Amino acid sequence: MSSFRIGAALLLLLVLMALFAPVIAPGDPLAISGQAMLRPFESEAHLLGTDRLGRDVFAGLVHGTRTTLLVAFFSAAAALIIGSIVGTISGFLGGVTDIVLMRITEAFQTVPGFLLALATISVTGPSVPTLVLAISLGNWTQAARVTRAEVLSLRERDFVAAARTLGMRPFEIAFREILPNAFGPTASLAAISVATAILIEAALSFLGFGDPNRVTWGSMIAEGRTVLRAAPYLSIVPGIALVVTVLSVHLIGRGLSRTERLQP
Amino acid sequence: MPPLAAFFLKRLLTALPVLFIVLVGSFLLLEAASGDAVDAYIARSGAMDAEQITQLRTEWGLDKGPLYRFGAYISTLAHGDLGWSTAFERPVTSVIAERLPVTLLLMSIATGLAFFLGSLLGVVAGARPGSLRDRILSTGSLALYAVPGFWLGLVLIVVFAVDLRWLPIGGIESIASDKTGLARLGDIAVHLILPVCALAMVYLALYLRLMRDRMAEIWRDPFVKGLEARGLSRRRIVWRHVARNAVLPAITMLGWQSAAMLGGSVVVESVFNIPGFGRLAAEAVARRDTPLLLGVLLCSAITVIIANLLVDLAYGKLDPRVRIGR
Repeated sequence: MSSFRIGAALLLLLVLMALFAPVIAPGDPLAISGQAMLRPFESEAHLLGTDRLGRDVFAGLVHGTRTTLLVAFFSAAAALIIGSIVGTISGFLGGVTDIVLMRITEAFQTVPGFLLALATISVTGPSVPTLVLAISLGNWTQAARVTRAEVLSLRERDFVAAARTLGMRPFEIAFREILPNAFGPTASLAAISVATAILIEAALSFLGFGDPNRVTWGSMIAEGRTVLRAAPYLSIVPGIALVVTVLSVHLIGRGLSRTERLQP
Repeated sequence: MPPLAAFFLKRLLTALPVLFIVLVGSFLLLEAASGDAVDAYIARSGAMDAEQITQLRTEWGLDKGPLYRFGAYISTLAHGDLGWSTAFERPVTSVIAERLPVTLLLMSIATGLAFFLGSLLGVVAGARPGSLRDRILSTGSLALYAVPGFWLGLVLIVVFAVDLRWLPIGGIESIASDKTGLARLGDIAVHLILPVCALAMVYLALYLRLMRDRMAEIWRDPFVKGLEARGLSRRRIVWRHVARNAVLPAITMLGWQSAAMLGGSVVVESVFNIPGFGRLAAEAVARRDTPLLLGVLLCSAITVIIANLLVDLAYGKLDPRVRIGR
């Protein structure tokens, strides 16, 4: 089976888990549901055991899928949109605009993405929309560079000259003619963006800067860490979920990209 | 001027506007954060009456427009003053100076390990694309690339520190061990093994893939056919020609990887309780210490800029096209 199919099957499973979380694991996953610190498979009611406070690990895992996928999908989408707009303007207009925009892009690359997300969260406070914003701020630069390179090569093509002759305005040419054609290579960055977003969200919530009203795998790992000696599985199980999710995204990305060089 | 020096100078000049933009960004963050320097001052000196507060604001220029404040911000930074850390009750510069060496040590060892071992395995895989060992290494690197560093750190702690008791559970050295000289160095080295592994593995996978994919591309290049026709040994072609050409993108990656690894050090240092620069960022956010956070942000940007300059220098040495100034 190709790596793409394996990845797609895994991701589909995760998406279904996220969509049907209230059916698979009814009730509030943050509520105490039984005896504390049950080991996995010890009780039928708590298949994967319970944490320090008696919250069900399986319910947390299922509901955590929602937060992970929600934040990752929207911040990757935002990063690609911001990046392709900046890249298109930069490549199409050239000159001073190009220089200024590329220096700004470089400045964003210079500050570690995770620190930028941390700093943004410290100003806005943690919630799903602010997490999306914070993560995409450090994640759009590569899309901008790739789009710009693509736009530069498209700019001199005949169809752009034709659009000019037709009397289309530069803005229209840039966004209706060039951007759609330049988006292909940028879209191949989607997998990396999603994977990066998942990892940043997990790290943020591991440090306690995630949305406090939602279960996240990162916060579950942090919770389990306090009893790491007695119950290592509490940290290990949500981590495996993270690895599987990121891996499925990478597998899809590798299958999708025709130019393998863009993939790590 | 020799071309290499000119090249270096040119890169340095393009780094300046980048640094300026980072400064503007951090100033905007400072403005967006609730409370200003006077609020922070009141918080640490106790109560003040309203008149004194207004006077202090005038004195520090906080009642002027944002442009003036930006100028003041830049000028204090230019004097090497990063402000006052409210959480540590010390100048930000001294807190950072204390924390940065540990992180730089951790990062340079992790980078070295990731780059050398990763590229080496990449050459092993890329020497014969499509072979069994290539498929094993490629799949392994893909899996490793999906593992978050902080979680890997916890797993390593569970296995090597809790179960096997081979390595210490955290910290940078044994507390109150009174070790000096070589013994202390050895102690620090033992403490660094797990955090270095946790930090390096993702990038090891990255270099492996980068090297392997680039080599697979170069094999398709006609010049390799030419080398084969000249009767060069396979080993010589792999190392002297294919691998050597493929290593350049990996070296470029080194500079940008330093930024990502600085971000990774925040969580890894938290996992291993290492009093480093990365954990400082998390502490600054948790204790609402905006000047400290901005200081960390600025210093990491400067670190990344320096790392990229060093990479450019190395590049100039390795790539003849740069050396002759093209």
